[in-house]
Amino acid sequence: MATVEARHISKHFDEVRAVDGIDLLAREGEFLVLLGPSGCGKTTLMRLIAGLEQPTAGDIVIDGRVVTDLPPRARNVAMVFQSYALYPHLTVAKNISFPLRAVGMQRDAIRKKVEWAARMFGIERFLDRKPRQLSGGERQRVALARAVVREPVVFLLDEPLSNLDAKLRNSARDELKQFQRDLATTTIYVTHDQAEAMGLGDRIAVLNQGKVIQIGTPQEIYGKPMDTFVATFIGSPPMNLVEEGASYFGFRPEAFLPREVGNSDDSVGFPFRVTRVEYLGADRLVYGVLEGRTAEAHVISKMPNNIRAEIVAGERYDFVVRRREIHRFDRNSGRHIDGSGR
Amino acid sequence: MTRRSFKLVRIARAGGHASILVFFITFLAFPFYWMLMTTFKTTIDLHDVSKNPFLFNEPPTLEHLVVLFQDTQYLQWLINTGVVGIAVVLITLVLAVPAGYALARMAGPWAQTLGIAIFLTYLVPPTILFIPFARIIATLGLQDSLWSLVLVYPSFTVPFCTWLLMGFFKAIPRDLEDAAMIDGLSRFGAFVKVVMPISLAGVLTAVIFAFTLVTQEFVYGVTFITSASSYTVSVGVPTFLVRGDVYFWGSMMGACLIASVPIAVIYDLFVDRFVAGFTVGAVK
Repeated sequence: MATVEARHISKHFDEVRAVDGIDLLAREGEFLVLLGPSGCGKTTLMRLIAGLEQPTAGDIVIDGRVVTDLPPRARNVAMVFQSYALYPHLTVAKNISFPLRAVGMQRDAIRKKVEWAARMFGIERFLDRKPRQLSGGERQRVALARAVVREPVVFLLDEPLSNLDAKLRNSARDELKQFQRDLATTTIYVTHDQAEAMGLGDRIAVLNQGKVIQIGTPQEIYGKPMDTFVATFIGSPPMNLVEEGASYFGFRPEAFLPREVGNSDDSVGFPFRVTRVEYLGADRLVYGVLEGRTAEAHVISKMPNNIRAEIVAGERYDFVVRRREIHRFDRNSGRHIDGSGR
Repeated sequence: MTRRSFKLVRIARAGGHASILVFFITFLAFPFYWMLMTTFKTTIDLHDVSKNPFLFNEPPTLEHLVVLFQDTQYLQWLINTGVVGIAVVLITLVLAVPAGYALARMAGPWAQTLGIAIFLTYLVPPTILFIPFARIIATLGLQDSLWSLVLVYPSFTVPFCTWLLMGFFKAIPRDLEDAAMIDGLSRFGAFVKVVMPISLAGVLTAVIFAFTLVTQEFVYGVTFITSASSYTVSVGVPTFLVRGDVYFWGSMMGACLIASVPIAVIYDLFVDRFVAGFTVGAVK
């Protein structure tokens, strides 16, 4: 167990500021997710922590020790790559024992460790196979087993689930969370998938253009987005943003409901002209335009199936949002303005 | 279409497939067949145009092989070629493996330019280079020594193999090296323990290409070597088995057959890997 800290760390590739002065602290045993669109610098930040990239400025501190100038092998971190990066010429057993053999551990001890790691991920049957003989899910387990086998102080996981099919991804996510809880090892997890981030993270750091925009629990990130980027990046569909004078106001699609189901004392009403209805099984997505506004305000309502109200494209309805569900953002900076309401 | 016409199409397709195969097999195997026939035919049979040239019209003979091994220093030439080949292959690997790896992993626009520049040196023909090389060899006092060839041949094997290996190394995902470095190795350790074993096919390709380039080289060999005992096969055979306008066809074909069969066998064993070696990194 260890803390991982980035101290005002920057990495520039020529003119591109991939990581631009990030301060970040992963607490002991924490599952910290780095979330952002592609090119936001999240993978570069992880590679800086691993020591695979040298920072342009700033320091990486692992367990209170500055490791900026140490090579990756001296940092005692383990990393699972998006591609899994299994050694194709070695068997599963040799893959798992690779980090142990690299530090010259005794053969008996290696065998015990490999058995322990293989049992943990249920891959004992595959120990003699080569990686190419395994399915995607099995490869992912081998990669994880290789990561845990030498009991590192930090796990770095770079989109380890993105190569799995949707069904497998859900169960793998569950197992991943479980084993991280059991080992209680500080884990930093990179993803661009918000569902993964929300489901796995103790805390989420949302990155954009090389900077951390917001860091907090999934509830905080979702409920109190710091700016319009976070508001529109998190949530599916994203938060509705409507221009109003020098600011935007925003509300979540699921907070935007017909008056007959959503009404309460603090509700604000909107005339809503529906253009399209999408049936998604558990939910209905209702696309439309807020009427009586200078600019066309396209918004979406997400209604769970238990709301039976009939909604037809082309009709006008009276929709409401509760006042405390309304967020207000500065139009220039995009920053959240405290004190909601219209 | 009816079931019958489907069947006809299938038979026609199989027939077409087979005839293409037969054509290529004939085309590629014919030189070997011709060498084999010529080696064992009597001289009279060879020169008699009224008989079928594809068959033995008189009983086969070992006469040409006796000439090859007793009247020329063919065995010595084979040994010379082998010695030069092995030395050149070693030098080539020592230089081309690190160079190819560096070019494959080097970032920025320089890498590509440098790679092409190195390959361009391969395209300068020996017929131009042998003049300055002759001066260098003379200055070093290596005339008429096999060492002159060991020194000169890497000038074309190294650029060629560097280029070839660069393609192989580029095809190895960087993640593997990164993983190895996190797993406790240095960059050099990752290269030795992960990159090299994976690119064994590439190294093997480079070895065989360097060796065949050496065995077929003629210009440098004929320029720098003057005494018969230091000849390589490619120089010795045409020099000693063509006397004026008399061609010792049987012995020449025997010499070629003996030199080419081992290489053909090795090619055949690794043909899949050669193809991979040439096309790797070509499509991405």
